[in-house]
Amino acid sequence: MDAEILARVQFAFTAAFHYIYPPLSIGLGIVLVVMEAIWLKTGNPLYHNMARYWTRVFALTFAIGVATGIVMEFEFGTNWATYSRFVGDIFGSALAAEGIFAFFLESGFLAILLFGWNKVGPKLHFFATCMVCFGAHFSAIWIVVANSWMQTPAGYHLETTVNGQAVRLPPEHVLTPADLGTVRAVIDDFWAMVFNPSSVDRLIHVVLGAWMAGAFLVISISAFYLLRKRHLDFAKASMKVGLIVGTVATLLQMVSGDFTAKGVLKNQPAKFAALEGVYQTEARTPMTVIGWVDPVKETVQGLKIPGLLSFLSYEDVNATVTGLHNIPSDDFLKARYPNASAEEITKIRRSYWPPVPATFQFYHIMISIGVALLVIVVIALFLLWSGRLFQTESKLTRAFLWVLVLSVLGPQIANQAGWFTAEIGRQPWIVYELLKTSEALSKVVTANHIVASLIMFTLVYLLLFLVFIFLLTRKIQHGPEHLDEDTEMPENWKAIIRTKEARA
Amino acid sequence: MDLNIVWYILVGVLLTGYAVLDGFDLGVGTLHLFVKKDEHRRLLLNSIGPVWDGNEVWLVTGGGALFAAFPEAYATVFSGLYLAFMLLLCALIFRAVAIEFRSKEPWGWWRKLWDVAFSLGSFVSALLIGVAMGNMVIGLPLTPDHEYAGTFLSLLNPYALVVGITTVLLFVMHGAIYLAMKNDGELHDIIVGWIPRLIGLFITAYVVLNMLTLVYVPHVLKTVQSRPWILAIVLVGVLIVMNIPREMHKGRRFNAFLSSCLGMIAMMATFGATSFPYMVYSNPNPENSLTIYNAASTEKTLGIMLIIALIGVPIVLAYTACIYWIFRGKTRLTGHSY
Repeated sequence: MDAEILARVQFAFTAAFHYIYPPLSIGLGIVLVVMEAIWLKTGNPLYHNMARYWTRVFALTFAIGVATGIVMEFEFGTNWATYSRFVGDIFGSALAAEGIFAFFLESGFLAILLFGWNKVGPKLHFFATCMVCFGAHFSAIWIVVANSWMQTPAGYHLETTVNGQAVRLPPEHVLTPADLGTVRAVIDDFWAMVFNPSSVDRLIHVVLGAWMAGAFLVISISAFYLLRKRHLDFAKASMKVGLIVGTVATLLQMVSGDFTAKGVLKNQPAKFAALEGVYQTEARTPMTVIGWVDPVKETVQGLKIPGLLSFLSYEDVNATVTGLHNIPSDDFLKARYPNASAEEITKIRRSYWPPVPATFQFYHIMISIGVALLVIVVIALFLLWSGRLFQTESKLTRAFLWVLVLSVLGPQIANQAGWFTAEIGRQPWIVYELLKTSEALSKVVTANHIVASLIMFTLVYLLLFLVFIFLLTRKIQHGPEHLDEDTEMPENWKAIIRTKEARA
Repeated sequence: MDLNIVWYILVGVLLTGYAVLDGFDLGVGTLHLFVKKDEHRRLLLNSIGPVWDGNEVWLVTGGGALFAAFPEAYATVFSGLYLAFMLLLCALIFRAVAIEFRSKEPWGWWRKLWDVAFSLGSFVSALLIGVAMGNMVIGLPLTPDHEYAGTFLSLLNPYALVVGITTVLLFVMHGAIYLAMKNDGELHDIIVGWIPRLIGLFITAYVVLNMLTLVYVPHVLKTVQSRPWILAIVLVGVLIVMNIPREMHKGRRFNAFLSSCLGMIAMMATFGATSFPYMVYSNPNPENSLTIYNAASTEKTLGIMLIIALIGVPIVLAYTACIYWIFRGKTRLTGHSY
């Protein structure tokens, strides 16, 4: 295999593995804030107990998130040195801002969240929990901004160096391989870079996905305790918090998904066409519920709803959706291949399409899971409202609780599938319509180097994953501690609990 | 002073912050296997427990700042030293997760496994950071378009290895002093017993290293001749390190640790003052070097980044200081400990 494929596989693998954990930290962060807020408000020791238990689960996900996150910070330089030289002026500042504004906040206050129970008062502890949660969200902001700039670059111009002087290149300048090493993208407008056309849509989408990941972890473990008839009060209260956060996030995610898809339609038409396998430009374009793409015959087989894609795209069932055969435009291609004939242009066009079957399937996995999770929370809320969710004698309730136990996988798979859609759908570009992935590699890194590091990461991450699952299972089996057994709770905390109980 | 110099200093400050703060974590980790009792090992882990994570962020932010301010240097160094950095990342991963995992289960084999991972991970991290620094001092072979032209094995030259060993000894000394400050009782006495020898070992290595530098790295010798004030920084550093045994002897643990921190700052300042204005010195062919000008981002980005730093860094310093204050005093094992 060549270095390009290997570098992509390695980056995808390390990023995907890393991305198991940050969404859990972000989502559990929200859950922890809610639980501690309820505790402070009501003084009910149950919520204190919950906050403590879920903090330990949080700590486990956070540790692996940090350990695997450091890798990401340096992999732009190790694998994609040409990219780093080309975009460093823009991309680097987002990463540095993430370090200064997010990571310090998160890891600093984490100390109080984890070890501060006996050291600080409840209010300061709550403040620390909020700061950790903010930090996790700030981190999402900056990394999504950086990635969105790769999807929809804005606020920059190209610059080259002639005789030691920087020369601004016109916006229509087409980057050629010969330019690499002399031409770079430099910043014009920092805020235009931050609020590039896809930042806000994608950030909301990512954060809601993370809330879902955290909420469904809580839902899953709580359902498990209900099924096992253990820690019932704890499980019921945790389930309610999980369901509230999960429902809000899942409902909002439907709206956000719509916005994000419309953004892709506007900003990245090739990706949009690949999402549904639209090859021919046509009116009344159908949307496929489940299906498969034949990239040779350029057809999509499966269960289709006529006109739905047109409707979702333009609120008109008869609207025309541009197909891949018209993307990229003739003008775009002629600017790059001025001497090519019309037939050659048709052939070249295909090299500017993302891999359609993969983009299509990852997208459909994400959508299907999103809809399934929506159905699950609606049923769960109905059962909760009708008082049947906690009736663990009923066979139907038990069956549904098992569905909830498994539901933890839903957001995880959907989050991964969503990122694969976003990143595969951007190909062949690393920076959309500016720099190709194949041109962005490190020149001095050989395939052998990458194979060696890929083997190392595969083994290390496999071990980490097994240990993570093992420790999480042990934590679940062990369950929360009982409050009366908690001999270490400091006097000032106990006093607050007592006054609140007296008032209630 | 132009923005490039400002950022040279700021990246230096971030990396110095990393060395001073995570330096004691890595030193504690390297010492971990040398204490035998389980309770002592837990005390070791929990002495750095609340702070190691924040300390490591200095590296991540330093890396981010290098990317933002000097992307050419970031790209050249990380792609050129590919395998070395992959090893470093692997070591840092094991060290980080071992802290979290180790005390989660009571079984002997489990704890031994993560003890080794923690200790070895810390040792290898310290060694590789030192080796990388050593190579930066002698210079990397660069092509005219600033790509690394050497191999992985050429990084493991004797000079760089001496810098690596010196770094390990520095971090171990620093970590031991931190542990002496953070503990009392039996563990404290064990550690305090080691400290004079650790200081002796480090000073020996440091003197050897400085002599080797003047003999084997001619361009550094030339720089020092043209900037004799660098010798003053070296001297101040040595005096500060000499102050450590005095403070230890008088039982002033905090002052001893402070001296150790200041000593490290002096050493990083020496490194920075000698390297200036180079980000990556090219050896041979110095004309291919990356300087703070040809490796830098545009003035506009450096300006934006300066605003970000001016807003962010004071806040970071303020709450970092608060957190160290909250977790001041001797380490105790509780139900929340590792």
